Amino acid sequence: MFPNAKTNQKIAFTLLGMAMGLVVLFILIILYYVIYNGYSVISLEFLTSMPAKRMTAGGIYPALIGTIYLIIGSMAFALPMGILAAIYLNEYAKPGKTTWVIEMAISNLAGTPSVVFGLFGLAMFVKYIGFGPSILAASLTLALLILPVIIRASQEALITVPREYREASLALGVTKWQTIRRVVLPAAIPGMVTGAILSVGRVAGETAPILLTGAAYFLPRLPESAFSQFMALPYHLFVLATSGTNIAQTRPIQYGTALVLLMIVLGVNFFAIAIRNHYRKKMHR
Amino acid sequence: MFKRNKTEKGIESLLFVSAAVAVLTLFLLCVFLFRDGILLFKDYPLSSFLTERNWYPTSVNPRFGLLPLFLGSVIVTVGALMFAVPLGIASAIYISELASPKAAGILKPFTEILAGIPSVVFGFFGLVVLVPLIQDALDLRTGQTALTGSIMLGIMALPTIISISEDAISSVPRAIKEGSLALGSTKWQTIHKVTVPAALSGISAGVMLGIGRAIGETMTLMMVTGNTAIIPGFPSGLFEPVRTMPATIALEMGEVPQGSDHFYALFAIGSVLFIITFVINIIADHIKNRYKFKL
Repeated sequence: MFPNAKTNQKIAFTLLGMAMGLVVLFILIILYYVIYNGYSVISLEFLTSMPAKRMTAGGIYPALIGTIYLIIGSMAFALPMGILAAIYLNEYAKPGKTTWVIEMAISNLAGTPSVVFGLFGLAMFVKYIGFGPSILAASLTLALLILPVIIRASQEALITVPREYREASLALGVTKWQTIRRVVLPAAIPGMVTGAILSVGRVAGETAPILLTGAAYFLPRLPESAFSQFMALPYHLFVLATSGTNIAQTRPIQYGTALVLLMIVLGVNFFAIAIRNHYRKKMHR
Repeated sequence: MFKRNKTEKGIESLLFVSAAVAVLTLFLLCVFLFRDGILLFKDYPLSSFLTERNWYPTSVNPRFGLLPLFLGSVIVTVGALMFAVPLGIASAIYISELASPKAAGILKPFTEILAGIPSVVFGFFGLVVLVPLIQDALDLRTGQTALTGSIMLGIMALPTIISISEDAISSVPRAIKEGSLALGSTKWQTIHKVTVPAALSGISAGVMLGIGRAIGETMTLMMVTGNTAIIPGFPSGLFEPVRTMPATIALEMGEVPQGSDHFYALFAIGSVLFIITFVINIIADHIKNRYKFKL
């Protein structure tokens, strides 16, 4: 071995390590910055009181509630639809043109920018169907946005269920659907739950689609029905940080809102990982 | 038995319909997007939309030139890729080839945190931290520049590039790596002469998807790039405010009267954006399937 090659290797590995270090540093700086500046703002009162004095004081209650409504609304639609679609693709679909078209549609939806979903939601749900700018229109738009994520996660969960499970059940004379319901699904549920939880984080953080389909700059009350406009955390942060008249004065509220958003997303991630690990251990036993 | 068969068939049909919802969504998305986008060209020629150098949507003689917005998106995306691609691939190599299994087990989910952070939080961070930093460091009139957008966008594209490249590198069969090592190559020679070339298709698919994510990014760029719709120079345009296609849609949609030319022009931009990401997705898919490793 030439000494030259050894030196090269040393230099290359050092550079690779530095690149990795830089990526980790980026993440740490962003997390640290938001957490450090936000944690002193957050209190029970901040979470449960209305914005006051033209949003320069008070809390984020309506925005938090709005975001929770969006999560419930979009999951109620996307979760069953996504899981059923994944079951079809994994257990029933035969390779061929139809399956190819479905798979292609899913990957393209996954890569479509969220602002384009916003335009679609505006044209179809708000205008054409006539829901108006509302929780319902925004929830349905977000549901379509996360549908590919849920389908992919559920498919991955289904793939990991060993074939022997299915064959053993089928060999006993059980029908295909019963096999899926009693044998395959119970084994795949932890993976599906993980995927679903991760898309909750996505719904909580998306801004562009709800901006076009019904998020309000400021509302002094909670939404009354599914057809009301609403406030939501990400849009609230955007409004306070860019177009308020007192951007400097509302800085603490901005940090607080950013941290609440971050906590929802990270909390959801950790929760998902914990569930996955818990079931992995159980499966191995 | 007959009844049981009927139930089974019914369930299969229900499942099929659920899967078909994805196709239906894509179809309706195209219909609604293009239908309103095309309405612009009733009053405003397509050729002007594509070649006009100005975006003056609200003047008496409105001009809907796509170029400044398209080039704005391009310059920010190119700037982002210039550092995100090498950094992302290097990190992917580090995770899959150098890190211990335990370290890799921590680093992988850790980098995925980046993918979970909402874009509006990135934008907020960019606005309060990076914008003043760039303004002071480079002594500019404003820190809201294409460069600022590129840096934030690059960081946001990292997890996509890292996770897909990492998958590609890890899936290179051990046999060929060991073959190279057995011939007396160093670990590094094996990585850059054997492993990375073998994983190149997967890596390029990751880069393509990173581009797709970058070109459609809305909120972050809207918050840090200043949103001035002028054709950016290169590279001088990096240090000036710029406006991207998605930012234009999000910024102006709230203020336009529905059914006006301006309204349709925003849908036309959305259509262009959709076509671009559609093509990128197809290419990425194609690369991934065509050059899948066979051994």
